[in-house]
Amino acid sequence: MSLAARVTTLIVAVLAVVGGVIFVVAHYLLGGPPTVDFAAATSGQVNVTMQTDASSDPAVVLDHPTWVSYFIKSPASGSWVHTTLFQVPAHTRVNVTIYGYDGSTPVRNQVWGQVTGTTSGVADYGGKPVKTVNGWNGPYLIQHTFAIPSLNLSVPVEAGPATCTTGPCTNNQHSTTTFSFMTPAQPGAYRWQCFVPCGLSYLDGNGGPMQTIGYMTGNMQVVS
Amino acid sequence: MAIDMQPESDRQPGREPGGREPDAPPPPARPWWRRPAVHTALAGAVIGYLLGHLLGNVIAGKYTQVVNSGQNDYAIVLGYVLGTVGWLAGLGVFSDLLRQMTGRPVHATEEARDASAGLARYFRYSLDHKVVGLQYLVGMIGFFLTGGLLAMAIRTELLSPSYHVFSSATYTAIVGEHGTMMMMMMSSLILGPLGNYLLPLMIGSKRMAFPRIEALSFWLTPAAYIVLLSGLMFGGYPFGWTGYAPLSVQATQGADAYAVAFGIMGISLILLGFNIIVTVICYRAPGMHWGRLPIFVWAMLTTAFLMVLAAPVLVGAMYMLITDRTVQTAFFTDDLGGSSYLWENLFWFFGHPEVYILALPGFGVVSEILPVFCRKPLFGYKVAAAGMVGVTLLSFFVWQHHLFDSGINPDMRPVFMLTTELISIPTGFIFLVAMGTFWKAKIRFTVPMLFALGFYFNFLIGGISGVYLSDVPADTTEHGTFFVMAHFHYTIMGGLIFAFMAGLYYWLPKIMGIRLNQTLGKVHFWTMFVFFNATFLPLFAVGMAGQPRRVYTYARSLETLNDWVSISSFLLGVSILIFVFNFVYSTVIARVHEEGNPWNSRGLEWQVSSPPPPGNFARVPVVLSGPYEYGVKDAPPVADLDPPLGVISNAYAAAAEGAEV
Amino acid sequence: MPAADGTAADGTGRPEPNHGLRIFLLWLPVALVADLLIWFVWGPHLPPGAMSTSAATQQSAIKIMSVMAAPVMALVLVYGAYALVVWRHREGDDEDGPPIHGNTRVSVTWIGVTSVIVLSLAVFGTVELAGPAGAGAGEGNTPIWRPSGGTPLQVQVIGQQWRWTYRYPQFGGFETTSLMLPVGENVQFNVTSLDVIHSFWAYQLGVKADANPGVNNVAYTKPEHTGQVQVRCAELCGLWHADMTTAGQVVSLSAFNTWTASTRAQLAALTRNLPPYTLTYDANAVAQLGKVFQKAGLNGAGGGFYGSQYPVQP
Repeated sequence: MSLAARVTTLIVAVLAVVGGVIFVVAHYLLGGPPTVDFAAATSGQVNVTMQTDASSDPAVVLDHPTWVSYFIKSPASGSWVHTTLFQVPAHTRVNVTIYGYDGSTPVRNQVWGQVTGTTSGVADYGGKPVKTVNGWNGPYLIQHTFAIPSLNLSVPVEAGPATCTTGPCTNNQHSTTTFSFMTPAQPGAYRWQCFVPCGLSYLDGNGGPMQTIGYMTGNMQVVS
Repeated sequence: MAIDMQPESDRQPGREPGGREPDAPPPPARPWWRRPAVHTALAGAVIGYLLGHLLGNVIAGKYTQVVNSGQNDYAIVLGYVLGTVGWLAGLGVFSDLLRQMTGRPVHATEEARDASAGLARYFRYSLDHKVVGLQYLVGMIGFFLTGGLLAMAIRTELLSPSYHVFSSATYTAIVGEHGTMMMMMMSSLILGPLGNYLLPLMIGSKRMAFPRIEALSFWLTPAAYIVLLSGLMFGGYPFGWTGYAPLSVQATQGADAYAVAFGIMGISLILLGFNIIVTVICYRAPGMHWGRLPIFVWAMLTTAFLMVLAAPVLVGAMYMLITDRTVQTAFFTDDLGGSSYLWENLFWFFGHPEVYILALPGFGVVSEILPVFCRKPLFGYKVAAAGMVGVTLLSFFVWQHHLFDSGINPDMRPVFMLTTELISIPTGFIFLVAMGTFWKAKIRFTVPMLFALGFYFNFLIGGISGVYLSDVPADTTEHGTFFVMAHFHYTIMGGLIFAFMAGLYYWLPKIMGIRLNQTLGKVHFWTMFVFFNATFLPLFAVGMAGQPRRVYTYARSLETLNDWVSISSFLLGVSILIFVFNFVYSTVIARVHEEGNPWNSRGLEWQVSSPPPPGNFARVPVVLSGPYEYGVKDAPPVADLDPPLGVISNAYAAAAEGAEV
Repeated sequence: MPAADGTAADGTGRPEPNHGLRIFLLWLPVALVADLLIWFVWGPHLPPGAMSTSAATQQSAIKIMSVMAAPVMALVLVYGAYALVVWRHREGDDEDGPPIHGNTRVSVTWIGVTSVIVLSLAVFGTVELAGPAGAGAGEGNTPIWRPSGGTPLQVQVIGQQWRWTYRYPQFGGFETTSLMLPVGENVQFNVTSLDVIHSFWAYQLGVKADANPGVNNVAYTKPEHTGQVQVRCAELCGLWHADMTTAGQVVSLSAFNTWTASTRAQLAALTRNLPPYTLTYDANAVAQLGKVFQKAGLNGAGGGFYGSQYPVQP
């Protein structure tokens, strides 16, 4: 091949490789669920509403509709967003309400049946305060937990009737768990997760949705 | 010893392999797009994948575990496996076999066609070992660069403990892909390209023992690469290259890519090693007795034994992992009678010989290069060979040093501490040999020599840090931290990669008849050496200070060190780009011809033209002396390249009598 | 090679220098200075510090190995630098070097010295491991090197995805997420996992023991100073492996007793819900857990992972 032909082929090949790399990085490495922003609030308190579902509507959740999942309600639009990433201001009181549509799953370690880290030290199940929940025997059963380990926050979510299996659900057949906590002063990403092994058909129940951001675990971004 | 010369009178009509009449004209060549090559292989792979996926859906689509989890591991695994079979079928790997089974004549040997086929033969299932060597070279460089890109992503994330470029899932997947890409694919980094290309030339043979197996071992590597990368597209896997169960049983579908890719590569390693062993034992030219074998060939032989003996354990372990993930066996699940320790032991029983598979060829290359640029014989040739054999033997007895804190039987730890300490003795022989070769030498600082010197410097640090890790009390703090990372990057990247570069700069004139630009080569060496050490030396401290491996966040106090390391690693990446630029520029654009023997080496491979003619030697040579007889007055020439016909056995006897042992 | 009258190869008529002696004289100060620096200056600050007996043992092991490694490295590096300067190729000299194929004495000396160094390191390592009750490394469920003087404080470390919890069986078996230890007392860590392989690493205590599911891994230490302990997970365990980081505390014995008493009272309700203390928590063996899963309709492990004929999980 002549020099010109070789140089041209080389340039085309290099561009193709660079293009391929950029494509992989943009599509597979930098993507992710959206972040719901609560940091714009100026009232000194933030209200976060979430729901947990046994499975989702395949038209809404394209990737894994059979997986259990959290949804977060956007404060701006009021619609349910399929994400577990949200943003809150630092050193602010956050009031969390979780609508639990899923049924009960026994927790693996009963330690996570205890409420820790909330401002009042307890959480409310439909208005009734609870401190230590026996996830195996009741009287209250657990479906999931909401825990931010680095803040020592852990709240079990009460089990619901599990009638709605196409999340996000909008009827009123759900349990209601409410609690409040203070966000720390130090900004950054604080991971949160569920401690109930609800990843159906994964070994130990901890695979799948339990390990995938956007379903049962996510990040709370604290901004100053 | 050579067994490929058959006098004309012994040939009988109709006895050619495949039943073709020796005098019949070859069938006319088909157009390039109808002949099996990469494009038909891709088509076969796609068809195979779809078929496998369909089969998996038919078999398992209704299983509870599939319906609940939403992922069909059966379909994925079957897709990958049948896709690989389709890839090979599309290449024409099975064509000769099918032809012989159905009694049809085998086509004329590939060499006759490929000799005239120019660039196209590199995209085909070629049986010429020199073509396979070059295919391996390009493939391995491509795999290395992919792994390197992933490393750049890792260091980008580690610039800050609080600001995260990637999500933690993506980061963990990138770490796993980087590790697996490097450890898995770089096993054949030297033996694939340089081994396949140079082995026949170095022992005086016209070919490798099993050309079809050799080509198959190469063509499995792109399949493994594609399967592994596809795992990233499916969300990656969260368990690093070590695949510890039960996390690997628990993981989502990216883990199937890991298991299948590693299994495919394991098979490639077995085939590669097997071919090399048989070639070295059976295809040496007359006069090439064991005492004259180039030290690089000793390294190839010992590495090949490691591949053949250790890789089957890996393939078995991956197979068990796949069945645990699909058909619900419980090999690695404690609650149902299995054991997580089973995986740990199976993996590391392969894993430790694996790191010697990576290190030994490097020893061979630098020991081969040193005498040429010191103009002295290799000091202690027997010691060097014994060292390699010793390392190979002992490497099967040390694997539990990866498990010192795992809860293994405590009696075992002093035993494995002893064996691990012992293996540093034969490893030290390499340094003895190098230091002896330097004594009163005439050292020329060519680019290959610079890389060889860099190898010794890096491996010294890597090897000594290994001694720290072999001590169980010290290992308690160091295990699972960046200290281990620094240790194995020094031995593998500082060792193998530097040795590969040395070998490449040294042998490229032989392989392609083209020299790489020496100025760029020196720039490449110095930037790579400086930034490699700048990147990995601080990591010893980072690990000792408490940063575990595979983490995306770390203590704030370590941020400065991590930033220094990340910036150095970016510059290291630039130095690799300099290499790529040099390689591409010199081979594609500049093409400065370098005929003959530019390094004035006594190696047998340098006694033929550059590049070598098809068939390597016009006649099988008779070897008259060893390759390291520099400075010896009146040393006989390396070999007689034109021995008389029909007196090979006499020539062998004469050479054995007259030559030193 | 040197000329017949012993003069140097470069033909200048000077006698061939004694390279070996020169190299030795260059090496000696380098090795001495390095060793002195390591022993006196760097030694007290070597990781992992000396907050506990096991950490101190490891620190001394690292110090001694560094003192032995420094002269070896210095020898190779000094020799290499000397060789590259003195024996480099001079322009115009196209002769080959002397045909030295080997030197039995040198090889045997090298092999002998390296073997002695290596074997003594192995013996040293074993002694350091046995002496202070295992030097903080996980010894499996049948440890052979234990501390003397009665039963140590038992702390069970439970690894789960992705947080550590600690159980104190001698104080009623309460389970907390905070690690508190008394100074000056032998501690026995019983490390286990509920799901995948983790690794309990208490940096300042010099303790590292893998947490395998269904297995008890024992490690001993004795904290000797109060202070904070960084606990990290040292085995990749999934998505939040890097986040399994907590801080533990070593406090005085009286503060520890106060803490156990108050925590025990505080967590009394929770402790009643916990299964009885055992060394491993196989999901099939924890009686209440099995019944509970079956009642929840989760037949088969992980809700169908292993089919209905298998005992329940997780």
